[in-house]
Amino acid sequence: MGALASLGAFLVSFLPRAVAQGIPLLYGSTGETITEKAGNLNLGIPGIMYVGGISGVIGAFLYEQRLNAGAPVNAFLIIMIPLVCSLLGSLMMGLIYSFLTISLRANQNVAGLSLTTFGIGFGNFFGGSLIKLTGSEVPSIALTTTSQYFSKKLPFADNLSWFGKIFLSYSFLAYAAIIIAFVTAYVIRRTRIGLNLRAVGENPATADAAGIPVGRYKYVATCLGSMIAGLGGLYYVMDYACGVWSNDAFGDRGWLAIALVIFTVWRPDLSVFASILFGGLYILYLYIPTGTRLALKELYKMLPYVVTLVVLIISSMKKKRENQPPEGLGIPYFREER
Amino acid sequence: MRNITKTFGSTVANENAQLDIYRGEILAILGENGSGKTTLMNMLAGIYYPDSGQIYYDGKEIVIASPGDAFSYGIGMIHQHFKLVNVLSAAENVALGLKEKGRFNIKKVAARIRELCDQYGFELDPEEKIYNMSVSQKQTVEIIKVLYRGADILILDEPTAVLTPQETEKLFRVLRNMRDAGKAVVIITHKMSEVEELSDRVVVLRKGAYVGDVLTKDTNAEEMTNMLVGHKVTLEIVRPEPVNPKPRIEVKDLVVRSEEGILKLKNISFTAKSGEILGIAGVSGNGQKELLEAIAGLQPVESGSIRYIRDDGGSDELVGRDPYDIQRMGVSLSFVPEDRLGMGLVGSMDITENMMLRSYRRGHTFLLDQKKPHSVAEDVVHDLSVNTPNLETPVRRLSGGNVQKVLVGREIASAPKVLLTAYAVRGLDINSSYTIYDLINEQKKQGVAVIYVGEDLDVLLALADRILVLCDGQVSGIVDARETDKYEVGMMMTRLSKKEKEA
Amino acid sequence: MREKVHEPLFHIVKRKSLNWYRAWGIRILAILIAFALDALITTMVTGLNPVGVYGAIFKGSFGTARKFWVLMQNIAILLCVSIAVTPAFKMKFWNVGGEGQILVGALATAACMILLGDLPTAALLPIMIVASIAAGALWGVIPAFFKAYWNTNETLFTLMMNYVATQLVAFFVIVWEVPKGAGQIGIINQSTQNGWFPSIGNNKYLINILVVAALTVFVYFYLRYSKHGYEISVVGGSEKTARYIGIKVEKVIMRTMALSGALCGIAGLLLVAGTNHTVTTSISGGRGFTAVMVAWLAQFNPFAMILTSFLIVFMERGASAISSDFGLNASYADILTGVILFCIIASEFFVNYQLIFRKKERKED
Repeated sequence: MGALASLGAFLVSFLPRAVAQGIPLLYGSTGETITEKAGNLNLGIPGIMYVGGISGVIGAFLYEQRLNAGAPVNAFLIIMIPLVCSLLGSLMMGLIYSFLTISLRANQNVAGLSLTTFGIGFGNFFGGSLIKLTGSEVPSIALTTTSQYFSKKLPFADNLSWFGKIFLSYSFLAYAAIIIAFVTAYVIRRTRIGLNLRAVGENPATADAAGIPVGRYKYVATCLGSMIAGLGGLYYVMDYACGVWSNDAFGDRGWLAIALVIFTVWRPDLSVFASILFGGLYILYLYIPTGTRLALKELYKMLPYVVTLVVLIISSMKKKRENQPPEGLGIPYFREER
Repeated sequence: MRNITKTFGSTVANENAQLDIYRGEILAILGENGSGKTTLMNMLAGIYYPDSGQIYYDGKEIVIASPGDAFSYGIGMIHQHFKLVNVLSAAENVALGLKEKGRFNIKKVAARIRELCDQYGFELDPEEKIYNMSVSQKQTVEIIKVLYRGADILILDEPTAVLTPQETEKLFRVLRNMRDAGKAVVIITHKMSEVEELSDRVVVLRKGAYVGDVLTKDTNAEEMTNMLVGHKVTLEIVRPEPVNPKPRIEVKDLVVRSEEGILKLKNISFTAKSGEILGIAGVSGNGQKELLEAIAGLQPVESGSIRYIRDDGGSDELVGRDPYDIQRMGVSLSFVPEDRLGMGLVGSMDITENMMLRSYRRGHTFLLDQKKPHSVAEDVVHDLSVNTPNLETPVRRLSGGNVQKVLVGREIASAPKVLLTAYAVRGLDINSSYTIYDLINEQKKQGVAVIYVGEDLDVLLALADRILVLCDGQVSGIVDARETDKYEVGMMMTRLSKKEKEA
Repeated sequence: MREKVHEPLFHIVKRKSLNWYRAWGIRILAILIAFALDALITTMVTGLNPVGVYGAIFKGSFGTARKFWVLMQNIAILLCVSIAVTPAFKMKFWNVGGEGQILVGALATAACMILLGDLPTAALLPIMIVASIAAGALWGVIPAFFKAYWNTNETLFTLMMNYVATQLVAFFVIVWEVPKGAGQIGIINQSTQNGWFPSIGNNKYLINILVVAALTVFVYFYLRYSKHGYEISVVGGSEKTARYIGIKVEKVIMRTMALSGALCGIAGLLLVAGTNHTVTTSISGGRGFTAVMVAWLAQFNPFAMILTSFLIVFMERGASAISSDFGLNASYADILTGVILFCIIASEFFVNYQLIFRKKERKED
C-alpha cells in the first residue's frame, strides 16, 4: 500500500508537469503535421515558435507599459493582444516560408533552416533589446500580470483531489492545444478538405489534375500550421515560464516537435499523448535521484533525444504503407515539370 | 483548338496545331512518339498552358488555365501515367477535388461509383487502396473519376499500352458505350490497329503540327502511315543471318520475387546465343524488367541459375554477384533500362560524365581519368548524331531521343559480349529508331549476344532471330521469328500457348 | 458554363540554361538588395543613416588588426564546417548534424588535453588530431549507417545527434569542472600550454587559417577529380543509376558521412586547441546550421564558400559591433543574416525560372 501511495503521489506531482512540458510540443507538432500533410517539410518551426513567443511578449509588454501608466486591466485585451500579436508574428513567418518554397519553389530544407536562424535571432534580439528599444525602466521582461491571466486554471481545479490536479489544473491554452489537435486529426481524416490536403501532400500533380488548387492548399496549410506552432511559443512564455522571457530558454523544443510528427505517424490525436510522454522525458531527470553525482543529470537529459532516435530507427525499419511520410514531402511542385 | 503553339525550352512541342472534337464520336489522335499528341491534349485538360493560340467551345472562345477550368467545360483526361494517390482508396481518389454541397460522405461516393460500374460494365471495389491494384484496375479508377464528374469529353492517353488484349477489348466496349451515350471520346495512340478498330475519325499529328483529319472508314492503314511519317517508308528491317551462334547465357529455373513478396519470374529457362538477337515479347509488367535486372545483377534471385559461358567453353555463375563483379569477371552486360534517365544516366551530369559511369573505375590511382571519356563522348555524339549544344550540357536538358542515343551509345562503347536492351527505341522517331536497329545488328554481327525487350511486335518479328514470350512471369514459348507471325505471338502473350493448353 | 475567365497575367516556365555570369549577376543583385534591406532595418532600429550602418559594420569587422584576425579566424572555422558538410550535401544527404560532430570533435580534443595533459605538445597533438577525427567521423557514420540500410530520415537523425552530443559535453563539463561547482572547465593546461596550437610568428590564429586553407583545396580536388568524388555525384544525382552501374551506395553514404563528420571533428579540434582552449556546450555557436546555408549559397563549390562564409561572418561581426555600440542584443546579427539568406534563396528562383507575360493576341487574323 505504501508503495502504491507514493507512486500515486509521484504521478500527481509528475503528470501535471509533464503535461505542461508537453503542450508546446503538441502545438508545434500539430502545426508541423498540417504543414507536412501539404507536402512541406518546414524546418523553420523552431524559429516560428520563438517568433510566436516573442510577438506575444512584445504585445503584452507594450500593454503592460500602459497598465503601469495607470490604465485599468481589461481582461479581454490582456488575453487578446498577446494572442493576436503571436498569431500575426507566426503568420508572417509562415508567409515567408510559403512564399519562398511554394511560389518561388526554393529548397525547403534551406528555407526552413534560414527561417529558424532568423526566428531564433528575432526572438533573442527583441527579448534582449525590448527594454532598451522602448526606453522603459524595468530591469527584465516579467509580464506577471499577463501571465496571471494566461495561466488561470479551471475555476474549480484547486478544490478537487488528485483528479483535479491531473486533469483540470491547466490553463485555457493547454486545453486549446488538445482540442486543436483532435480537431485537426478529424479534419485530416474525415473531411473533404482533409482528403484534398492529403492528396496535395502525397501527389500534387494528381491533386492539381483533380482541380484542387494546390498552391492555395499549401499556403493555407503552411500558414495555419505556423500559427498553431507559434501558439506553442506563446504558451511557453506566458504560462509555463510565468511571463518571464529569457533568451534561449525555449531551447530545442521546436526540433522535438518536428521529431514528434514522425513519432506519431502524422496523427495529431496520437500526438496529444506522445507530447505528454515527451514532456515527461524532458523533466524525468528531475525525478531520478543522482545523489551527489550531478553530472549524471546531464546524461538523463539526453532521454528525449535518444528515444526519438530509437523511434526514428524503428519506424524506418518496419515500413508500413500507411505510416510513411507523405510522398510529395519536401519536393517543390511545378505543374509544367517534365 | 486553333493555332496552338507550345514550346518547352528550345523544343517546340506544338506548332500551330488545330483540332475539332464532336460529340457522339470517337476521335483518334494518331502520331509518332514525340509528335505532340499528349502535349496538345494536356493543354485541353489544363495541365499546360499554350504559349499562343485559342480554344473554342461551342463556338465561344474559352480559356483553360487549370484542370478546374477544364472540368467546368466537361473535359476529363485519363493520363498515361495515372494521376492517383497511392495511399488513398478508389472512392477517395474519385472524391478528390469535388465541390459537392453538403456533408462529406465517402460512402455516398462509393455507392455512386458502384452505379457507374454497373452502367458501363466495370469491375471495381471502391474501398480498395490504389497501391493494391493492378494497372487495369487503376485505369478503371481514372475513367470513373472522369465519369463521376459528368465529363462530356473524355481524353485517353495511350490507354492500351499497359493492357492485355482482353482488357483492351473490354475497354473498347466501354468506350463505344460512352460514344453511344453522346459523349465525345478522344483516344491518343500510335497503334494503327486501334485507330481502325475503334475510331470514327482520325487526326494525324506530325512533329507537333496538324497533318490531316479523315473519317476512319474513308481511309486505310497505308494512307495513314503516309500521313504519319510524311513519306513512304519500307517497314523492312534488315536481319542478317546469325554468325556462328554459340550459347552465351544460360538461364535455368530462375525464380525472382519482388520486394513486396510477389513472384515476378517463375522457373524461367532459356539460352541466349552469341551473334543472335533474342527478342522478348510480352505485355509490359510481365517480368521483362526483372529478368534483365536479374541477369545484370540488379535483382536478387530467389533460386535458379544464370551461367555465362566463356569463349573457351567454361562457364561462370552470375547469380549472387553484384553488377560490378559481373563487369569485372570479363562479362559485359549492357543494359538500357526502361526508365532511361532514372536508371542509367544522371540527369544533372553532362555527357562526358555520363560516359564515365561505366569506365570511371579504370586505372589504379585515386584520381579520375577524364580525358578518355571525353573522347568517347565526342565519338558517340558524332557517330549517333546526338543533337546537343556541347558536351558540357547536362543530359537532362536533351530531348528524349538524344538521351536514348547517349545511353545506347555508351553501352555499346563498352564493347560488350552480351547486350541487354529494354525498350531501346521507346520515344524515338523513326530515323533514330533505325539508327538503333542498325547499331544492334552491328553488335550481332560482331558476335554479341543481344537480348532485346521490345513492345512493338512488328519490330520484334523483323529484327529478332528468336522470340521468347513472357506471360505472367513465365515463358509461354520460344519461337523462331522467321516462322511465326504476330497472331501467334500475340496469343502467347495472353497465356494461350500450346504448352499451357495441354497442361 | 462559365463566362469568360480572365487570362492569367503571366505564367512561369523553366529556363533552358543561363550563362554563369548572368546567374551570378542575379545572385549578386539579390545580395545588394539584402544589404539595402539590412541597412534599412538597422536605420529603423538604431537611427544611424544607412551609409553609417555599413561604416559601422566595416569598422566592427576590420577596425583593428585584432578584429581583422578574429574575423579571419571566424571565417576559417565556418569555412571548415562548410566544406565538411559539402560532400554529404552533394550526395543529397541532409547533414544538419554539424553541431554535434563539431562538439564531439571538440570534446575528444579536450579529453586528450585533460587526461594526457602531462605529455608535451609534440606528442599530444597527433593523439588529439586522431581522437577528434575519429569522434567526428563516428558521429557522422551513425546516422549514415541507418540511412544507408533503412533509409532513416537523416535530417532528424543528425539533428537529434546534436543534442545527444550537447548533453555529452554538458556531462563531461561537470565531470571535469574546475573548480568544483563552477559549471565550467576553464582554460585547459593554462600554465603548460600542452596541446595548444603553437603561434606562428606572433599570430595564434594563423595555424587555424592555414589548416582550413589546405582542407579547402583538398575537398575541392576530392570532389572534382577523385573517383570517390565522382561516386558522390552519381549517388546524389540518381541512386538508381548508381546501383545500376554497381556502386555500393551504402558504402558511399557511410564513407562520405565519415569524411563529413571527420572534417567537422577537425573544426572542433581547431576551436579547442587553436582558439578557445576549453570546451563548452555552445562552442560551435550554431555553425553546423550556418554552414549548411554557406555551402548551399556557394552551390557546393568549396572556393565559392570562401566568399559566402566571408559574407556571413562579416555581417555577423559587423552587426554584433553595432548591437554592442547601441546596447542591443547580439542576436541582431541573426536577423540581418536571415534577411540575406531569404534574398539569396529567393534569387535562385530567377536563376532557374522565368516569368512570361502573356501578350494579348488579336483574335482571328
